[in-house]
Amino acid sequence: MTADVLSALRAKVRAVVHPAADACVCGTETSVLADRPDGTVVRHAGTVAKAHAADTDPGELAARMAVAAHPRLDGILLPPLRPGAVESHGRPVTFWPYGSPVDRDDPDAAPWEAAATLLARLHRTPRSVLPPGIPVMRGPVKAARAVARLHAAGPHPAADPVLRAWAVLPAWARDEAPMPYARTLCHGDLHLGQLVRTLTEGRDGDWLLIDIDDLGLGEPAWDLARPAAWFACGLLPPDEWARFLTAYQKAGGPAVPADSDPWPALDVPARALTVQTAALAIAKSVAAERPLDEVETSVIDACGRMAAHPPELAGEYAT
Amino acid sequence: MQCPKCHAPMHTYNRNGVQIEQCSGCRGIFLDYGELESLSRLEGQYSQPAPPPPGVPQAYPSAGAPQAYPAAPAPAWGAPHGGHGGHGGHYGHNKRHKSFGHMLFSS
Repeated sequence: MTADVLSALRAKVRAVVHPAADACVCGTETSVLADRPDGTVVRHAGTVAKAHAADTDPGELAARMAVAAHPRLDGILLPPLRPGAVESHGRPVTFWPYGSPVDRDDPDAAPWEAAATLLARLHRTPRSVLPPGIPVMRGPVKAARAVARLHAAGPHPAADPVLRAWAVLPAWARDEAPMPYARTLCHGDLHLGQLVRTLTEGRDGDWLLIDIDDLGLGEPAWDLARPAAWFACGLLPPDEWARFLTAYQKAGGPAVPADSDPWPALDVPARALTVQTAALAIAKSVAAERPLDEVETSVIDACGRMAAHPPELAGEYAT
Repeated sequence: MQCPKCHAPMHTYNRNGVQIEQCSGCRGIFLDYGELESLSRLEGQYSQPAPPPPGVPQAYPSAGAPQAYPAAPAPAWGAPHGGHGGHGGHYGHNKRHKSFGHMLFSS
């Protein structure tokens, strides 16, 4: 199945690059950038084709594509090459310009300020300028799916603290109730793999956000919650966290107050992302029949400490 | 809505952006979930004459002892690192852990 999806996707991306030719005439390789059930991505020359998850809602995907293509999001979200999606092997396929990602081998060069500034600008997008019918941000859906994967992985000695930390989260963070303040345009799945630079006149342009699969209206602190969780787990150094947070505040991001403790707003989303990361780590370690590593253990340990400290009663900062 | 105490009608007021229901009879006040915290936070912001620069410790519940040096605010469940006056974590003076490098880039 995966091989069918891949070969069909390779053919589609080549056809987009060379619409008049039966075969590739530029001689470049078609490379696989990602191959997962929820996203298969191939690149040919300057074009990328993405096969989205089979259970993607076509209407929601169209609405998210319209946001990415909207002139108001120019310079924030990578716009698609084509407005709509085509279908291949039961999965919707979309086309995008290729952009060079953050160097995985040099995370010290991570563009924390650019990431934070892009998020602040995304969150500040007035709803009045956006097309109607924007779906809800899918952060809590992803967290709940990670916990379902943990359950499906069977019993594991480290699962208990993770499930207890999950159980005390408010219902909206577990995708069991609507988000209370779903008014802000959010990315929904921010990590360093979600930033690219496209070539402009032979040079790297500014960083842009990619991957609209989880984009939608929601609680903007969710987009800050992964770096927040890494910092809280003792993984992200305080200075890198401070660079990210300060840049977000300087850019007028509405998720946290500009000049006081951000944690009342970050607490619940950062707990949810910590649980999500821990749940996936355990599920993957079970599947690979390998022990948990030191980093994964530190995320599970953070879940264990959560039981002694009930979640903050976060208020609303966005207006 | 009706006052749970004296059953007189309650009216909604907006105080610093927080919606508050006040009873027209006994003047009692009803706060929704999270509204008390919102009001306390607003009050705290008003009572601070000048906001401290980012990175200065805030009045957030901390598991640690008095801080040896200024540190970013951190949640109470956070790792015992700089944010809590202790040392540890997986960063520090060593090279970044390979597994964390992978985590930075994955959903």
